[in-house]
Amino acid sequence: MTEIRFHSVFDIIGPIMVGPSSSHTAGAARIGKVVRSIFGEQPEIVDIYLYESFAKTYRGHGTDIALVGGVLGMDPDDERLHDSLKIAHSLGIKVFFIPKKDKASHPNTVKMVLTKGDKKMSITGISIGGGNIQISELNGFKISLSMGTPTFIIVQKDVPGIIAHITEVLSKVQTNIGTMTVTRESKGEKAITIIEVDSPQINSTVKQLLQLDDIYSVNYFD
Amino acid sequence: MFYTIKELVKQAQEYSSIAELMIATEMENTGRSREKIVALMEKNLEAMEQSVRKGIAGVTSITKLTGGAAPKLDKYLKTGNALCGDTVVKAARNAIAVNEVNAQMGIICATPTAGSAGVLAGVLTAVRDKLELSRYRQVEFLFTAGAFGLVIANSSSISGAEGGCQAEVGSASAMASAALVTAKGGTPEQAAQAVAITLKNMMGLICDPVAGLVEVPCVKRNAMGATQALVSADMALAGITSVIPPDEVVEAMHRVGMQMPSIFKETAEGGLATTPTGLKLAKEIFGEKKN
Repeated sequence: MTEIRFHSVFDIIGPIMVGPSSSHTAGAARIGKVVRSIFGEQPEIVDIYLYESFAKTYRGHGTDIALVGGVLGMDPDDERLHDSLKIAHSLGIKVFFIPKKDKASHPNTVKMVLTKGDKKMSITGISIGGGNIQISELNGFKISLSMGTPTFIIVQKDVPGIIAHITEVLSKVQTNIGTMTVTRESKGEKAITIIEVDSPQINSTVKQLLQLDDIYSVNYFD
Repeated sequence: MFYTIKELVKQAQEYSSIAELMIATEMENTGRSREKIVALMEKNLEAMEQSVRKGIAGVTSITKLTGGAAPKLDKYLKTGNALCGDTVVKAARNAIAVNEVNAQMGIICATPTAGSAGVLAGVLTAVRDKLELSRYRQVEFLFTAGAFGLVIANSSSISGAEGGCQAEVGSASAMASAALVTAKGGTPEQAAQAVAITLKNMMGLICDPVAGLVEVPCVKRNAMGATQALVSADMALAGITSVIPPDEVVEAMHRVGMQMPSIFKETAEGGLATTPTGLKLAKEIFGEKKN
C-alpha cells in the first residue's frame, strides 16, 4: 500500500479558498504561512525557488501571490491574496522568483529562503493536492511534516532546559507528542521546535507556552 | 479508518450510513467533536452554494478566457428545449458556475481540488430539490463523497501534477456518483460500483491547461464530470456492476497516473496547451514576461 497521506474528510471536501488551484494556490499559501511561522518574523528578502509544475505554471495559478500572501500571514481564503505582491512591496520586503529546471522529489516543490539581516533560513515545501502540504526540508535538514496533524511551531532562545519546559507544558495538559524536531541557527541564538501532537488543548497550551521564559513565538496549525 | 473501497463498504455495515461511518472516523482521527465536524461541513456547503449563485449571475476571469458560460446555459435551460433532462443541464450549469468563479479567483470550496470544485457542488445543488434532500441530508452527501475521496486520495492521487486530470475531475466525478447513489437510497455496494464505472471512463484524462491557467479546458470538463456522475449513478442504481472491482480500478488509475509523462501533468507542455491556439493565447496573456 502507498503511504497514507490524507487523514481527514476535510482534506477532500475543502478547504474554502480563493481560486484557481488547490495545490498551486491554497497549498502555496499554506506553505508560505508555515514558512513565515517557522522564521518567526517579517523577512527583508524572500528568495523563492520553484520546481517542475510550480516552475512552469506558477504565474497562471497564482502560486506567486499565494506564497507571498502566506509569508504575510494570509490564509488560503483571504481575498487580499490578490494584492499580496503589492502589500509585500509596500512593507519593503524584496521578493525574487527563481524557476528552476532541476528535478525535484515532488512535481509541486518550492524552496524558500528568508533573510533578515544576518539571519537566513531555508525551507522546502511540497503541495500534494487538495490544498494539503508537507514540509520536507529545514536549513538543509530533511524533515517530514505533514501539517495535516495538529502542529506547534515554537521559536525559542537556544538555552539549556528550554525543551524540558516546553514538553512539561504539553505533559500537564495531557497532550501526547507524535514527532518533534529541534533545530537552531547557531549556538545560543534562536532555535525552532516543531511538535506534532494528538488532540491538543490548543488555547491553554499556546498561552502557557508563551508564558515560558525565552520563548519568542508560538504558532499552531491544524 | 478505511484504506480501500472494500473496507469502506464493509465498515459502513456497522453504521446507519457511509456518512455516519465518515463522521465517526473523523472524530477518531482528529479528536474533534461531532458538532464541530458537522458544522465545518455545513460551512463548506454554504461556500459551494455561494459560488454556484455567483457563477450563474455571471463572472469573467482576469484573462477573459472563461466566464459567462453559466448564464448562457441558465438561459438555455429556461427555454425548456434542452436535449438532456433538467437535472443534467442544471448540474452542468452549476458545475460551470463554480469553476468560472474559481478561474476568476473568487471563493470556492475545493472538492477534492479547486480545479475540480464544480463537480460535487454542481451535482448536489442540481438534485437536492428533486430528491427533497433536507439540509442535513445535503451535509451527509458531502461526507459520503469525502469517504470515497479519501480512499482514492490515499490509494491513488487527487493532484493533477501527480496524476493528470483523471486524478482531479475523475476523482470528483467518482465521489459525486457515489454520493448520488446513496442520496437516492442505493446501497454502499452500489455506490462503490458507481465509483468504478465513473473512474473507468475518466482513466487517462490528461491535465493540459492552456497557458497553465485553471480555465481551459478545466471549466467545461467540470460540467462533463458532473453529468457523467449522474449517468454512472443511474447505471449503478439500475443494478449494473463493474467487471473490474472498484479497488482495482483505483489502483489502475494510480498506475496510469505514474506512467503518464510530465507534459500531461499540469505543466502546460502538452495536449490543448500546445495547440496553435493554446500557444497563441499563452503568448498573448504572458507576452514577453514569460520566463
